[in-house]
Amino acid sequence: MAEQTVVDPANWSCPAPIRDQPVVVMGHGGGGALSAELIEQIFAPAYGNALLAGLTDSAVLHLGGARLALSTDSYVVRPLFFPGGCLGDLAVNGTVNDLAMSGARPAYLSAAFVLEEGVELTVVERVARAMGAAAETAGVTIATGDTKVVEAGHGDGVYVTTAGVGLVPERVDIRPQRARPGDAVIVSGPIGLHGVAVLSVREGLEFGVEIASDTAPLADLVATMLDVTPDIHVLRDPTRGGLAASLNEIARASGTGVRLAERAIPVPDAVAAACGFLGLDPLYVANEGRLVAFVPPAEAEAVLAAMRAHPQGAGAAVVGECVTEHPGMVVVATGLGGTRVVDLPLGEQLPRIC
Amino acid sequence: MCLAVPGRVVSIDDTSDPLTGLIDFGGVRKQVCLEYVSDVEVGEYVIVHVGFALQRLDEESALASLKLFEELGLLEEEFGDAWRQAAQQAEGSEAR
Amino acid sequence: MRYLDEFNDPELARRLLDEIRATTTRPWALMEVCGGQTHSIIRHGIDQLLPDEVELIHGPGCPVCVTPLECIDKALEIAARPDVIFCSFGDMLRVPGTDRDLFRVRGEGGDVRVVYSPLDALQLARRHPDKQVVFFAIGFETTAPANAMAVHQARRLGLANFTLLVSHVRVPPAIEAIMTAPACRVQGFLAAGHVCSVMGMAEYPELAERHGVPVVVTGFEPLDILEGIRRTVGQLERGEHRVENAYARAVRPDGNPAAIRMIEEVFEVTDRSWRGIGRIPGSGWRLNEAYRDFDAEHRFDVTGIRTEEPAECRAGEVLQGLIKPTDCAAFGTTCTPRTPLGATMVSSEGACAAYHLYRRMSEPARPREEMNPVG
Repeated sequence: MAEQTVVDPANWSCPAPIRDQPVVVMGHGGGGALSAELIEQIFAPAYGNALLAGLTDSAVLHLGGARLALSTDSYVVRPLFFPGGCLGDLAVNGTVNDLAMSGARPAYLSAAFVLEEGVELTVVERVARAMGAAAETAGVTIATGDTKVVEAGHGDGVYVTTAGVGLVPERVDIRPQRARPGDAVIVSGPIGLHGVAVLSVREGLEFGVEIASDTAPLADLVATMLDVTPDIHVLRDPTRGGLAASLNEIARASGTGVRLAERAIPVPDAVAAACGFLGLDPLYVANEGRLVAFVPPAEAEAVLAAMRAHPQGAGAAVVGECVTEHPGMVVVATGLGGTRVVDLPLGEQLPRIC
Repeated sequence: MCLAVPGRVVSIDDTSDPLTGLIDFGGVRKQVCLEYVSDVEVGEYVIVHVGFALQRLDEESALASLKLFEELGLLEEEFGDAWRQAAQQAEGSEAR
Repeated sequence: MRYLDEFNDPELARRLLDEIRATTTRPWALMEVCGGQTHSIIRHGIDQLLPDEVELIHGPGCPVCVTPLECIDKALEIAARPDVIFCSFGDMLRVPGTDRDLFRVRGEGGDVRVVYSPLDALQLARRHPDKQVVFFAIGFETTAPANAMAVHQARRLGLANFTLLVSHVRVPPAIEAIMTAPACRVQGFLAAGHVCSVMGMAEYPELAERHGVPVVVTGFEPLDILEGIRRTVGQLERGEHRVENAYARAVRPDGNPAAIRMIEEVFEVTDRSWRGIGRIPGSGWRLNEAYRDFDAEHRFDVTGIRTEEPAECRAGEVLQGLIKPTDCAAFGTTCTPRTPLGATMVSSEGACAAYHLYRRMSEPARPREEMNPVG
């Protein structure tokens, strides 16, 4: 019998490990574990100050008696134009939202362009006009800027980096470390629209779907929420890495657990369908006009009502709560009554076949 | 194995080679190769994997499965524990 | 009927679970040999809802994970060539070769592209006649008809710049290998529904008979998986070992004859190494003589690449259900999802990765106990 055996477990072997890679891979920009390692291992030690330790999207600084929120972000997206928006919308709304997630009222933005030799000027103009329109909608002023050009083949047409400043109102202290067990976890609307809209026009994946990116400024929604109570504990805009990445970051920063109810999470049918056939999980898909809030239980109902009365929060829903169990982890109660762990994604999510 | 999802045939491009058609996956539409289900008709459901329809979905079988699941529950509810015990005994006696 | 929501109904799931609980009188070990089913089981938390007696062993069912190291190293070498556009399904990009993965090759300047379908790769070949377009043709029987069609079309069109790097695997020889291994614990199989949508069920009665195991062709939605388990446990409790079809809406007994004809037109059966497991006779397909010109291994002369996999971890035994991931000395120490030693730690559906996650929830209990919803 032993001779007939074609598989001998004693001799079964396993693939070699792939250890820390010496070069940058796409996952380093994916907003997941690799991004976090890059910050923790390279940037934070190099810059060495306490402000960076919070690992928030915007820093809150004390300057001239005011509390100033400062944020910067680079925007790369392919293709540059997608259903519901373009690079220019993201560049303004993204930085506006990063500021808003500390409770700040965004005021001024800078814009730096890296242009690739050979790109049509009409493309640059469309991006710039989109930025102007988005700034007007968000109520911010693009006050300064810069332009550099790189040789053909050294860029994807247009990259934009924006930075922004805003003032944080008194009594407002919003950061991931403040999540407390019992907090209601609220999302401001249906998730996954931006990521799916961009994928639908990406070369090699093109599919027809009648949805548009959710890109939108959230500062006014945040102000509405703060009018209900200044004691909102945490705000995050779940961009790269989706809701899963944001919630994992909050759970880790605060040492609490997060428990979600799968059936309460607003996933549009078309997003569910696209994720179904690409093998993606909507929880990991990027949003550009949504926020997730941790709100003390006593204020949750009033905050939710205020959000729903606001155009950017019409689809808001309580999706779960902050708990003492499984600190640092996010767990979903599935529709069938089971549970599953939603881990921090390693890098970018990939379509799968199995 | 593998990720394959059901979709409805919206249109068939009879001139294409290999045969293709537009499939609707609950709001997401994608052009798919229909060569392996070449007798499929518009409105039917197929199961699609990496851009290929692998098989037509049989509505009668699907409904039969769901009906069976419903009835499992009904038997449970009607006969409750007595039925369960009887079933266990019957199956226990059949086993080695 | 949309064939999705209907098969994800919590009330019907409860009825199926009740029935499984009522039927089960002693411990049973079932194996699914399908990454898609494993994914669904984890995604919906099905394993925690089953009675303690019913154990699901996640078999070597992920085509990405079982693709041998040697083949991945060949892919990496071909993808790094300046004249090549290398196309792959997305999830292959992160699977480690000996010293790097396809992401890294792309990072170093290789033209590596994710495609949804092999026909997309064929289109790229037509659009870029000055480039060699290589498609990484991996997968089980489900994916074979698609890859076969792509290369068949390439031959018809006389495309001189399109090749396949083939690492196809077949399920029945893997089941045979698992059942003949010493100390095999598997008592019943959930056969992969979509493999059978293509191949039909003809290959399974002999396996069921020879090894005395029930084989139940099972679908992918939660109710499908529960029904597959219900029928397998039912057979085991009654002392039966038959082939049953619990996924009749998508599986006909003779499969899809047109797809099988295309597979036979293009491929021939060959021995194949499975990553973490070893060589299994007759367990793969390669391009046959008529299609040899479309074989990337021949066009790029990478036949000389031979890799030895260091015997560091015990994924093979885990895949077979012989040991629990926690029995491995490397588990959680030198082997983590960030630095995986084996395929079972790479993907989130891998048994080791799943154990690793759940162990973090509340050490040191077993996953099933840990996973019970609190409150």
